Amino acid sequence: MTDVEDVLSIAAGWQATGEQVAIATVTETWGSSPRPAGSRMAVTKSGKMAGSVSGGCIEGAVAEAAKQVMASGAPKLLDFGVTNERAWEVGLACGGKVKVFVEPLT
Amino acid sequence: MKISTIAALNRALATRQPVAFAKNLTDGAEFLLPDPSAPAALNEAGRMALAADKTGTHMLGNESWFIEARNPSPRLILVGAVHIAQALAPLAAMSGFEVILVDPRQGFGNQERFPGATMINDWPDEALDRLRPDIRTAVVTLTHDPKLDDPALDRALQSGAFYIGALGSRKTHASRLERLTALGHDAASLKRIRGPVGLDIAAVTTPEIALSIIAEIVAVRRGGSLGSRTP
Repeated sequence: MTDVEDVLSIAAGWQATGEQVAIATVTETWGSSPRPAGSRMAVTKSGKMAGSVSGGCIEGAVAEAAKQVMASGAPKLLDFGVTNERAWEVGLACGGKVKVFVEPLT
Repeated sequence: MKISTIAALNRALATRQPVAFAKNLTDGAEFLLPDPSAPAALNEAGRMALAADKTGTHMLGNESWFIEARNPSPRLILVGAVHIAQALAPLAAMSGFEVILVDPRQGFGNQERFPGATMINDWPDEALDRLRPDIRTAVVTLTHDPKLDDPALDRALQSGAFYIGALGSRKTHASRLERLTALGHDAASLKRIRGPVGLDIAAVTTPEIALSIIAEIVAVRRGGSLGSRTP
């Protein structure tokens, strides 16, 4: 488990400077998905981002969900993939499926 | 996720402790396993995730848990702080390896040539005795000098290293195998040494050779088809 960026440490650093932070984690994948389970992305309320949970196809939707999670404080489990009803808007071009857990950093 | 969990994860990383991060996807509870206060079934699932080095979601009873294996980084021990090491060390670090350079010659192995690198200026056999290569360690000799390469390979062959490579032509490799045979290593054991080192990508330049070496190490570690050599 190593990545180019240490997303969790970056997130902790942001929180230390007073930012509100949400963390998105790929919890499960099926078929050909671009990033393996355990891939993470951190998002701040002010709009900073680090890491990734896909090849770029769903990051926008995840960042949107992260904003809601920061506002409500309640985590969300998101489903992306070809069978998803939102496939035409936000889906995985590769045809895989992923689940992404979005939660506030507390 | 709790900020205290990130701190604990970083402590485990710094001390090379394998830990599994577990998150209940229904109620948000989280643990860093092993943890005596976690349910026994969860600790067992964490142990299995670490053994398989696999991250994913598991059903435990009727609860859905995300379990992430956080094993310490694989290590790459490079014997010889030579020109190829200058290209290979950063490439390996970027690929997730903890790189350790071994070279008793301080003219080669110094911070000016390898800024920020972990450098051991001992004889390779002493260094490897201390580093104790395990199943998550690769050892590559790069010096072309039998005085340095041979003792390193001798110790690497007695270890559980998942990858052993030796830089050098087919001709130097043949004479190297003769010397190691004289040290008591049998043919089956010597087959563990990949020499000439690296995938056959017809590498010419130093970065290309470094790329061929890290590519072969990754192929062996991940079980890719290019990782097995047919004699």
